[in-house]
Formats: sequence, C-alpha cells, structure tokens
Amino acid sequence: MALGIEAGLGDSVLTTKLDEIINWGRQYSLWPMVFGTACCAIEFMSAAASQHDISRFGAEVVRFSPRQADLMLVCGTISYKQAPILKRIYDQMPDPRWVVAMGACASSGGIYDNYCTVQGIDTVIPVDVFISGCPPRPEAVLDALMKIQEKIQTESVLVDRHKDFKGILD
Amino acid sequence: MTDSLTDKLQVLFPEIEPRTVLDCTVIDIDPQAVPQVMERLKTYPDLGFSLLLDITAIDYLTYPQKPAARFCVVYTLRNWERNWLLQVRTPVADPEHGVESVAHLWGSADWAEREVYDQYGIIFRNHPDLRRILNHWQFEGHPLRKDYDIFKGQICYEADSLEKEIRARLASKGIDESTMQDINTEMMFLNLGPSHPATHGAIRIFTALDGETIMANVNEIGYLHRGFEKTAENRTYNQIIPLTDRLNYCSALMNNIGYAKAIESWLGLEITERAMFMRVVLSEFFRVQDHLVCLAANLVDMGGLTNYWYLYNEKEASYDFISRLTGARLTSSFTRIGGMYRDFYEGWEDDMEQQLKAIEKGVNDSLKLVLQNRIVHDRTQGTCVLSPETALSYGYTGPNLRSTGVSFDIRKDNPYYNYESFDFCVPVGSHGDVYDRIMVRFEEIFESIKIIRQAMKMIPEGPVFVDDHRVALPPKDQVYNKIEGLANHFKLIFEGVKVPAGEWYDSYEAANGELGFHFVADGSGGPYKLKVRPPCFYAMGGFHEMIEGEMIADAVINLGSINIIGGELDR
Repeated sequence: MALGIEAGLGDSVLTTKLDEIINWGRQYSLWPMVFGTACCAIEFMSAAASQHDISRFGAEVVRFSPRQADLMLVCGTISYKQAPILKRIYDQMPDPRWVVAMGACASSGGIYDNYCTVQGIDTVIPVDVFISGCPPRPEAVLDALMKIQEKIQTESVLVDRHKDFKGILD
Repeated sequence: MTDSLTDKLQVLFPEIEPRTVLDCTVIDIDPQAVPQVMERLKTYPDLGFSLLLDITAIDYLTYPQKPAARFCVVYTLRNWERNWLLQVRTPVADPEHGVESVAHLWGSADWAEREVYDQYGIIFRNHPDLRRILNHWQFEGHPLRKDYDIFKGQICYEADSLEKEIRARLASKGIDESTMQDINTEMMFLNLGPSHPATHGAIRIFTALDGETIMANVNEIGYLHRGFEKTAENRTYNQIIPLTDRLNYCSALMNNIGYAKAIESWLGLEITERAMFMRVVLSEFFRVQDHLVCLAANLVDMGGLTNYWYLYNEKEASYDFISRLTGARLTSSFTRIGGMYRDFYEGWEDDMEQQLKAIEKGVNDSLKLVLQNRIVHDRTQGTCVLSPETALSYGYTGPNLRSTGVSFDIRKDNPYYNYESFDFCVPVGSHGDVYDRIMVRFEEIFESIKIIRQAMKMIPEGPVFVDDHRVALPPKDQVYNKIEGLANHFKLIFEGVKVPAGEWYDSYEAANGELGFHFVADGSGGPYKLKVRPPCFYAMGGFHEMIEGEMIADAVINLGSINIIGGELDR
C-alpha cells in the first residue's frame, strides 16, 4: 500500500530519462568497499561512527566484499607489495565503480617517498576523487562522498567508465 | 643492578669486556661465539635472559669511524625479573657467510632474523625459514644497505602463494598427504586477508583447516612496509617526529614521547618538570585511547556492535580535547626534542576531567554488557591460550604478556618520568586467553585514568621546553632582531639537533608493550641508523602458536585481542 504522494498517482506513469533515474538510485545507495590499510582507516572508522554518521549520505552499507560494492575507498598507504592486491580487488568489483583515494599516501605516496611505497594509487587503478590530509578529517570523507555523488549525476549508462586506463600492473 | 650483571658476565666470559651505555650493558663477541654465548645467556639461571627483544644490523659503509667489518649484528636481550638490559654485538664481514641462527633458543629470533636478512642481506645459518618478510618476494637487493638508493622502488606483480610454507608447517606437525588419506579427509586452505575486515589492516593469515579447526597457520606481513627506517636515515631528528606518529597511529603521541625520550637520554638532557608531567598525562591518555579502539574493534569482531558505540564514541569525543591541544586529531606530532610543542591551554583540567568521566562511563557501560555475559565468557575463556613461556620466547611485551601472568611493565620495573611516585597497579591475567587480554586492557584503562588524575594534581607550573640553545629554537624576537638568534634558528632547522656520535638503545612502555629505539648517530643532525623495536611485530610472530588447534572464528577474535597495528608491525 502506498503512503506518500504516490498514493494519489494510482497506476499512472512517470516519465523521466533512464540516466536520471538510474543515477539517482546509484547516487544515494553507494556501497563502499573500504580498502583500509593504515591511519586513514581509523579516520574512516570515525566517519562511520555515530558522530559523523556516513549513513546520512546513504553509504553506510560497508561491505568488505568487492562483488557487492561500487565505491572503493582506499584508506592508507599502498606499498608495492600491496598493489597487486589492490588491483585484484578493484578488478573484482562490478561496473560501474568509483574510487576515492583517501589521504596523502593513497594520493601521492605522502611523506613516504621511498623504495617501498607506490607514489599514488592512480598509477595502479583509475581514481575519481582524491582527498588531501594526513590523515583527512571525517568531514573530508563525507565531502569526497558528495563529490562522487555529483559525478554520478553527470554520467550515462551508455558510456563505459575508464575503458582505456593503463596502470603499472596492466 | 647493572654492576652485578657486569660481574656475572665477567665470571662466565672472562675474555669479554662489558661496557655500559645508558642503562644497557653491551658486549662484543666474535661471530663464531654467537651460538655458545647466546645459549648461556638464555639458559644459565644466573643470567636468564628470557626475552630476546630485537635483532638488528648496522651497515657501516659510510660511517665516519669505519670498523674492520662492514656489518654488525646486534641482539637486544632483557631479563625482566632483574631489570637487566643487554646488547650483544658481533661483527659480520661477509654477509653471505653470516652468523649462526638463534631461532632455536628464542621464538622471536625467527622473524627478527628474517627481517635482518630482508633489509641487510645477512644470512643466518640454520634458520628454519629464511626468506623476505617486509619486502615482497620479487624484490631484489637489500634496502637498508647504505648503497641501496632510497627512491629505487620495485614493482610486485603478484602475491606470494605461501603454499610451500603452509605445507612445511603441516609437515612439521606430522600431517602430510598420507595422514590425510588415512583419516579420509582433505585439508582446506583458507586465506584471511590482506584485505579482510577481520584483519584490522593489511595482514595475511593463511590457514590449513580440517573442518573449522586450524591445523597449521603461516602469516605474511609487510603489506604496510613504508620504509620508516630508510626514510629516517634521510631526515633530521626533529623531522622524524611526524614519522613516529604513524607507527602506532592509534596512540600517536606515545610514539612521539618514546622517540624524544630516547634522544634526550643520550644527550643527557633533563627536560623540565612540567614537560615530564605533561608527557605522563598524555601518555596515559593515549594509552586509554589505544585500548578503547582495540576493545571496540575486538568486541565488534565478536558481534557486540553496541560496545563499539559505547567505546568508540568516547574516543571520538576525546578528539575534541586532542585537537584543541595539538591541532590534529590523530597524528599530533606534539613533542619536540627537549620538551613539548606547547603548553596545555587554559582550562584544560576541566576538559580533561570531563573526558575522563565520559570514558569511565563508556567503559563501565561496555563492561555491563561484557562482564557477566555468558556468550562472551564462552567465546573467550580458554580460547587461544598463551603460556608465559611461549609469550616470553616470542618476545611478547605489554598487555599481551601481562595477560599471561608476567607482571613486566617498564613503568614499574625501570621507571622514567617519576612513574615510581604514582600509585597504580599493573593488572595481570591468569590464563593468557582472549578473555584475559580483554580484561587486562579494561583494567589498564582504569589504572591510566588513576595516573592522570594524580598527575593533574601534582603538575607544577613552569616552562615546557629546556633552556638549551643546542635543542630549543630561540624566541622569535631574537630570530628577527639578532644575528645570533637567526643563525641558531636556521642551524637547528636546516642541520637539525646535533647528536654526538654513538650507539644506544632506549625503551618506553607504549600501549602495546616495549617500544624501543636503537640509534646509531654519526654526530650530524640526523640519525645514521634508527631501528624501531615494535611490540606488534613480535606479537604477530607468535600468532600461529596461539591459534593452531583452535577454531577459525577464534583466530579472528584473537587477532583483535593482541591489537596488531599495521603501521608499527611493518614500519
């Protein structure tokens, strides 16, 4: 039984663009796959906890299963040892998928400019939003989430994302 | 105490001359003598060095006063009952020939020697499983050698399968293909991590299962190896403070304090009374924070999500106080060599008291859910038991060691910063199971709060920085108006605090156990070598001893209960 304004609409039909309705759905039900490796993961925990409450943005269903997720949050340093795992998890996620590089390390290697740290995960997988900070505050995570939502709004189901990306492991 | 150790060493090893560096006794021995000396150190009741804290190596390639042999291997040992700290040094001219392994004497030597091999390429003969640990298996060369370029990264294309290792581990337990055929079953290999919610970071736990029972387990770490030690060699002493924040990022300020303390003790620098009390207050406050995160995550693993809100919300609330004081939430970089970045703000006592009350309430609420809870008891009591002998052998320290009944706490046994004048207890467990580890942490929260309250009453007024131009930046009016001040400022910033040449080890009781720093200084403004003795690394090294024979679900809660923090584990 319908309860809202749809009660008055009865069996009538709503017309909209396919992109609009799909994007609207995707925007507000992002399922994050948290690839937490370091300090940033602790700040993500804060973003998920009650004070900052990530569920206000419809992204609280944190799944560690890549098959059920469409938003990858890379929270922390990615070393060369970790990179193949990051790539494999990314490859396992179904399309469309979005990637956030949280913090200085994931974005550029941060303070670790040395032999074992990948200098930015965009050399391994395509990234949609970068968050600055070491570590970023939880508000910044929410800001990135909204940026992703804005981005989704402009996309089309007919266009493949990042079709010709080539990283160091490809 | 140290005198009697020197006497004992001289009686047992007349050819060796012990020397004393800070509160550590140091002996130099020949590489051939390593097996014999180390065995005596461990087994002679008069010596009884039950803890092998750390093994590291030094590459003297570019050191100003070059010794004859390029490498030197250093073993750090502790007799916790008598408060003896001993470093055994042995020169290694040919890394390919190396030294004899001591892994049969101490469990902790297994991983420690693997790390030295990985980073310096020194072979440990007769080591059971000498392969890389922090760097990936496709890595070539040894990064901590002085002739390895810090920027030379090497791409890893695929993860190590670990199949050989798990089969060897199974075989060592007497389980091979034919046994499996006899009992008509098949072994299942299950991988937890490195990207798995239960691993709390990037650790790989590889298990061989019979049903749900873990028959064998091998673990792989190094996924968060960020080159702390190599980076530190290329920074000045004060520039390393932000790097130490990111070792154990759940209690960042404690690492800062441990690091600054190590340098100050070598410089012979007495920090001001107020700075000492500040460090005690903040150490204990961060110990509470660390335990809150550990317990919150551990209880979530068990399915108790409510505990997470009760405990983590208080941590979240504490960030208000921490960011008001330090300007950052997680990584505060609040200490400097010679004091603190700045004093407490006005009215901090009220804020602190409010935080403490809130934490007590949160912890008590959580305890109400846990203490009398049959499900928690059934789940945790008697699972993943760690005996005191195993714990000592694998180099466990801190709450994990204390849960087995060993009451070793550096704050009590070798007090610094006036810890002897505080009234607090060291909680110990009786069984060494998951339950004990959880409860020891709960109790430590209350003990730390007790210390903070006492310190708040006693804290004197005064400066928080030493008045010593060798380490302290001059006041800004002198920098802007006087050439001496300007020169002093620039020298300290560009060249760093000048630390006299030498080698020393200093330890500190961090939230997870003994956090040690082994320095080699060449007299310049940055360390020639800096090795961290991370408590997590050794806790993880003995992880398989705890979970073999237990259920797979217990492995998950056990990992939570020993509180592995990736930044400190892999550095």
